[in-house]
Amino acid sequence: MRKIFFILILIFISTNLASGENINNKILKNLRCLVCQGQAISDSNSDFAQIIKSVVEDKVQEGLTEREIYKFLSEKYGDWILFNPPLKKDSYLLWFLPYLLFILGGIAVYLMIKKRPIEKK
Amino acid sequence: MLSNLGIIFSTIAFLTTLFLIHFSFAELKISGDKITKKIYKLSLVQLIFSISSFSILLIGYLLSDFSMINVYENSHTTKPLFYKISGTWGNHEGSMLLWINILVIFSFLFLLLNKKKNKNFKILTLIFQNLLISVFFIFLITNSNPFAPIFPIPNEGMGLNPILQDPALAIHPPLLYIGFVGSSIYFSAALASLISKIESKSFARIIKPWVSVSWFFQTVGILAGSIWAYYELGWGGYWFWDPVENSSLMPWFLMTALLHSVLVLERRIGLYSWVIVLSILTFTMSVVGTFLVRSGILNSVHTFANDPSRGLFILTFLILMVFSSIFIFFKYAPAENKNYRIFSKEFFILINNWFMIFFLAVVLIGTLYPVFLDTLTEKKISVGPPYYNFILAPFLIPLLFLMTHGPKHKWISSEAKNFFNKILFFSVFLFLIIFFVTTESNLLVNLVLLVSIYLITQSIFDFYENFKNNNTNLSRIISHFGFGLLIFFISINHIFSVESSFNITPGEKKDIKNYVIKFENLETLSGNNYKSVVGHFEILNKKRLIKENLKPEIRVYNQPKTITYEASIKSNLFSDTYLTMSNISDTDIFNIKFQKKPFMNFIWLSVLLIAFGGILKFFSKKKEI
Amino acid sequence: MKKSHLIIICIFFIFIFTTLYFSLHNKKIYNTEELVGQKISEVELTLFNNEKTFNTKNISNYRFVLLNFWASWCLPCRKEHKNLIILSKNKNLKIIGINFKDNKINAKKFLKEMGNPFFILATDIKGKKSVNFGVYGIPETILVSQDLTILKKYIGPLNLKDVNEIKKIINK
Repeated sequence: MRKIFFILILIFISTNLASGENINNKILKNLRCLVCQGQAISDSNSDFAQIIKSVVEDKVQEGLTEREIYKFLSEKYGDWILFNPPLKKDSYLLWFLPYLLFILGGIAVYLMIKKRPIEKK
Repeated sequence: MLSNLGIIFSTIAFLTTLFLIHFSFAELKISGDKITKKIYKLSLVQLIFSISSFSILLIGYLLSDFSMINVYENSHTTKPLFYKISGTWGNHEGSMLLWINILVIFSFLFLLLNKKKNKNFKILTLIFQNLLISVFFIFLITNSNPFAPIFPIPNEGMGLNPILQDPALAIHPPLLYIGFVGSSIYFSAALASLISKIESKSFARIIKPWVSVSWFFQTVGILAGSIWAYYELGWGGYWFWDPVENSSLMPWFLMTALLHSVLVLERRIGLYSWVIVLSILTFTMSVVGTFLVRSGILNSVHTFANDPSRGLFILTFLILMVFSSIFIFFKYAPAENKNYRIFSKEFFILINNWFMIFFLAVVLIGTLYPVFLDTLTEKKISVGPPYYNFILAPFLIPLLFLMTHGPKHKWISSEAKNFFNKILFFSVFLFLIIFFVTTESNLLVNLVLLVSIYLITQSIFDFYENFKNNNTNLSRIISHFGFGLLIFFISINHIFSVESSFNITPGEKKDIKNYVIKFENLETLSGNNYKSVVGHFEILNKKRLIKENLKPEIRVYNQPKTITYEASIKSNLFSDTYLTMSNISDTDIFNIKFQKKPFMNFIWLSVLLIAFGGILKFFSKKKEI
Repeated sequence: MKKSHLIIICIFFIFIFTTLYFSLHNKKIYNTEELVGQKISEVELTLFNNEKTFNTKNISNYRFVLLNFWASWCLPCRKEHKNLIILSKNKNLKIIGINFKDNKINAKKFLKEMGNPFFILATDIKGKKSVNFGVYGIPETILVSQDLTILKKYIGPLNLKDVNEIKKIINK
């Protein structure tokens, strides 16, 4: 039993070690090509995209973390280059409103049910 | 000549629309149950001239008649026939004409197919529908005239955008329009229902087939768009949460909620106001989507050529439509009957609505937030796949669970069946087997997989039960089964997708994971309107010892001057191999993107299954048990 | 209940539609104004004519510096070049040119033909150095003060209005 548990843990850990290749791709997918119409850097062949791909590759080699690379690029190009909007003053509403609405919806459903008992039989 | 004919036909159709509205008002004052023949005749005339004007445009494209600006800008003599035809609606003006035709066809069919229904209700529906039609005609004639002439007549057209020449893209607009433009009919019917005060159960029964049909085409239309994006845009993705994609998804959420709610309403008087609101909202959302896509306020791969004047017109129309609907709703909505009880199944349908509206809200917020932020604060941010995936994915878990569990409750009683535990246990067992294979560590993905397996297993069991007892729940079972499969295969695809970008020169070989990729050679080709460089690649699957040959291309078109990167895709049953190639300027080095995408065909099939379940509803006369 | 709901709903829609109306006139060109107010990054720029480098922190040796990103193949760069020549005559300003993804022979030809306003000429063959300055296309021009603060960023060719704006700042 313990052996199985131990193996499971190993599997968990090993699959969490992302290879350098994957991180590179992941980052490129999250960056916007500023001169294209809405494409990601990973999907674009424009000059700008090629430069950014190269720069990201360098930064990953230098050992920067994903977050640091996003920070570097958003400092230079603004938050617009990130497809994952960072949680800042401007984006609180963006991130919290959906959950708020979900709760409101739940309340609405609850109120509808409360007024009229659910028929069991 | 064609240009003049086109203008004449559309003008006649427009005038007929106005007459139809006028005589319909008169009809309301006449007592009696039958609608006078005049209305039917006018409606037929409207239909004939509407379709004729569309045919004129179509003929213009077929004959490459460049005396019309629209044909000149969007077609070319060397375009293949199929794409000449689809070019008719592959542009703003032509697509607006298609909009109008669908509005007219639905208006006509509604008049024809509801013989036994309340006269005032039918006439009012006709009035509202034709008010919509007349607005679109005004838009067409003043701002977006597809028949506008050009002189001198050019010899050759400009429109040979290669990305638009794809079969999936060709059928994508007509499919979607039957979907969300078709929702206009139950928008009109909802307003008519309020004013004519028809019984809520009748209303549900009348609009149910229309909702089914529009939902079916919306589903298939979205599928066609995804397939096009996957095969044609070259990045290997099928959904990008792009604003234009979102604009087609948002009405879909509303249609799904409406489809479910109509099932409640056709048996019980509850939810009447809510169904009315949903019917109004669906078409409203469709117009919002059209506004977003054509006004130029969004930045997207898919946008039409943009023009703020169009945006202004559509916005004005939207404002008029929304405020009129609000006014009519508040004036005519009946008092809520609070004396009935909510039965179990109704409860779950309310839950479905809750989730659908939530998803709608998330997509709407994600799409509009950057626009609003920019307008109000001049700050620009992007909202892309990470946002939508983060927020929506966790909610799939309760949704799938409720989809599995909810339908088990009956309308009258809610005895939880004692098979409940067996199915869940079996699902967990299946999941563990799959987990052993995937070794996926992400908890969210695993939970989603688990619940999707639960839904799939339950559906198969339900199907068997349904067969044994000869019930009529096939529609729901198939659609929910399809949805379970969809989420399952999307998750598996996500886990097992391989993607690798690297540089390679002709003759070189690279080892990527379990594959050996050999760049055999480069070939230059000349097509009839492009020059291309084709890379011949051999992909060897080391584990299975299978070889595949792929030929990605870089094409340079000369009319208009564009470079496209044609992906080479081998679609096998269980997995697709996907290769794109680009050249690093001034070198002989090529940058290759190699992808293995498992179960793509199953993803498409799952959506078809979902759609198929829905259309069965259209054909079923019986109510669901 | 109904009346108050109606008012709330109407206000909500009025807000949405008004914002959408104003959105129709949003600026389309993305301006990386993020950088204005920030300090310029410390970057080693390779000089054009030899293998030596120039570290951007040495901009503090001068009162005002204009970083101009250009290339011989860029048409708008031709248009703005005479404005650069005008500006180069101002003694408060030093112009550093960064030749972006260009062929050296063509670049030299360009300068010979159009004049050389550059106090220092650097090169960025792969275009990667320019990323440190938030450049995503050319021409782009950045005005930097002695304390290494980015004062202004111009996307696209410098026109007369920009030239006057720069003159006003550097002549204070």
